Amino acid sequence: MTDTAGERPFVHFDGVQKSYDGETLVVKNLNLEIAQGEFVTMLGPSGSGKTTCLMMLAGFEAATHGEIYLKGQPVNNVSPHKRNIGMVFQNYALFPHMTVAENLAFPLQVRKIRRADVKLKVQRALEMVQMGDFGARKPAQLSGGQQQRVALARALVFEPELVLMDEPLGALDKQLREHMQYEIKHLHEQLGVTVVYVTHDQSEALTMSDRVAVFDDGIIQQLAPPSVLYEQPDNAFVAQFIGENNRLTGDVIEIADGVARVQLENGPVVNALAVNCEGVGHKTQLSIRPERIQINSAGIPNQMDGQVLELIYLGDHIRCRMQVCDHDDFIVKVPNSPEHTMLQVGQMYNVGWQTDDCRALDVI
Amino acid sequence: MTDVTHFRDEKTGLLLASDGTPLKTKLRQSLKTSRRRAFLLVAPLLLFIMASFVIPILGLLWQGVSNATYEESMPRSAPIMRAWDGSSAPTEEMAAAIVADMIDARKAKTIGKVATRVNREESGTRSLFTKTARRAAKMEAPFLPALEKVNKKWTELETWQAIKIAATSMTPAFYAAAVDMKYTAEGEFVPQSEERQIYVSLFVKTIVVAGGVMLCCLLLGYPVAYLMAHLPAKTSNLLMILVLLPFWTSLLVRTTAWIAMLQAQGVLNDLFVFIGITNDDARFSLIYNMTGTVIAMTHILLPFMILPLYSVMRAIPPSHVRAAKSLGATNWTAFWRVYFPATVPGIGAGGLLVFILAIGYYITPALVGGQDGQLISNFIAYHMQRSLNWSLAAALGGILLAIVLFLYWLYDRIVGIDNMKLG
Repeated sequence: MTDTAGERPFVHFDGVQKSYDGETLVVKNLNLEIAQGEFVTMLGPSGSGKTTCLMMLAGFEAATHGEIYLKGQPVNNVSPHKRNIGMVFQNYALFPHMTVAENLAFPLQVRKIRRADVKLKVQRALEMVQMGDFGARKPAQLSGGQQQRVALARALVFEPELVLMDEPLGALDKQLREHMQYEIKHLHEQLGVTVVYVTHDQSEALTMSDRVAVFDDGIIQQLAPPSVLYEQPDNAFVAQFIGENNRLTGDVIEIADGVARVQLENGPVVNALAVNCEGVGHKTQLSIRPERIQINSAGIPNQMDGQVLELIYLGDHIRCRMQVCDHDDFIVKVPNSPEHTMLQVGQMYNVGWQTDDCRALDVI
Repeated sequence: MTDVTHFRDEKTGLLLASDGTPLKTKLRQSLKTSRRRAFLLVAPLLLFIMASFVIPILGLLWQGVSNATYEESMPRSAPIMRAWDGSSAPTEEMAAAIVADMIDARKAKTIGKVATRVNREESGTRSLFTKTARRAAKMEAPFLPALEKVNKKWTELETWQAIKIAATSMTPAFYAAAVDMKYTAEGEFVPQSEERQIYVSLFVKTIVVAGGVMLCCLLLGYPVAYLMAHLPAKTSNLLMILVLLPFWTSLLVRTTAWIAMLQAQGVLNDLFVFIGITNDDARFSLIYNMTGTVIAMTHILLPFMILPLYSVMRAIPPSHVRAAKSLGATNWTAFWRVYFPATVPGIGAGGLLVFILAIGYYITPALVGGQDGQLISNFIAYHMQRSLNWSLAAALGGILLAIVLFLYWLYDRIVGIDNMKLG
């Protein structure tokens, strides 16, 4: 579903910058293309500029520089109510003085749709989110999850082609949040609308998205499908922000065929994929996922000694904290398989990993 | 877990505590101390309010239906006059009792008060009473002709009827007077003569003015409150101080400032002449009339409208209007269908507050109202201070209170008092 060559992107941020005070840029030179029907998530810590981007797309904030195109048309001077974009807000923003059905009818009424059709569409939208019997209730009489469904139905009832969601699940408890993630994903697949979703929760982003844009400091650090984001992070921030990640620093002593030889601080020389390291003689940070580390397995290229400091039993795997190269926060996830090594605290073991699982990145 | 046993009374089905007493009794006992402490904490204030507020007000309201001036000074004639049917000819017994009472009242120097009281029921009887009392000591039986000899008015039935009404301490006469009715000796209510009907139209005028002031406050205050609620905190705090500044200034100072502003040779009229809106001979009369009252009262009561509106608007999440716009509503639709309904509790609170304050406003109309800008409270004050007809003042005040309570009830029925937000 990623942007196909030749086809016009559905949403296009072209060199967009945003500043509130004229001194600092909240969004620095944003370029982003979103294809029709795609589910793109803007993920990042708070203050990273992701919500500002969404608000600029919705029309509530004006871009300081650059242009936003919707279906090829520049929208910088189009007021929000003419953009025909559905939006789900963080705290649902249901109108408290209207019933659920009136809330849903609102976008249809302002579009001057015939009364009979309004009723039909409202009921259909409510049933789509399994809230068919709740039309007569006031929002205050609904639980958080139910309000969320109504807000979703309201953003979809007027059949917009683009729906924006601003941390819509933030206020729900964990279980309900996970459930709603699947529901939103299924609705997206079912309706084929384009969704731009903002969140700071990485598992939410990974679960639902076709592509994730990781934001930090007003810049998209990486824009990629979830699996690529996790397995092939472009830089140390993404590696750190998405999932768990062991970091080892060292100096690059040689780069050949995309593989860097790195002299670890207080450790041996290892091989790593040269993804984002500056070159021979520069410092680099190696990133290895905890589940890709092997213990006591012979025949792998990168090996060293590590001492077990702590073991935590988590059912499906055992979380092992080790001291490796003087780092005492080196985490290894040992799967709870029949043949796994029985570890003991205080013992020394041999740890190692495949060169493909280790990425040499920039230093932060 | 150990075994938990629930004790339940076999007969009543009440839940019992582990020692066998009903759980509810036990709960009451345990709450007693905290309740007593709460009461003791508010007791001083309660006493103060009772002594300085509730009891005097009740006492004054009581005067509206009870006036014992006649009965206290003329104890012999009062029961006889009350017993009289009000239509048959006056008897010798009535005349004798009145003459005897007059002699005592003259000695006690209370005859003036009695004369005033009777005069309220039938004008012209004041001098009749004081004159007759002066000669009463020399009168001899039969007293009825003796009275008639002093003044021909004693032959008129109206005089005796006025005495009968005054002799009745518990009387609806003052409330009747307060709504432009006359309570007759036969116990009927008849409309007051045309030229003496002032209070009903005054009540209407007061309500209209209070409503007008409320409307002006709403129209002027709503945009200001909106601006304050949506500006950054620094600017809105400055605006808030500007709103509160007159609040901290003496009411009298503000009202007199309006006199300087609005009078014929005042700032505003000078400005109008200067710009050429009017010429020097035709300056607007902006003060000492209803215009002055409305302008000054609107200014003084404006903060009472702005503050509740502001606090309500502050609490409206900006995402509501944004949501409305993203759903396709124009700025006006978003305001009218989403923002405005959310401010209704503030409008209700501010409106009620301004209206109730305006309906009883006294100082401002007294200073800038002139002749036709006087409101009901000014007449209450007049009867309290000048005419000394406290009973009528109490009756007028009682009706005013009833109107306010009625409007409050109406508001509760229509809008709901729970929907009111004062801050």
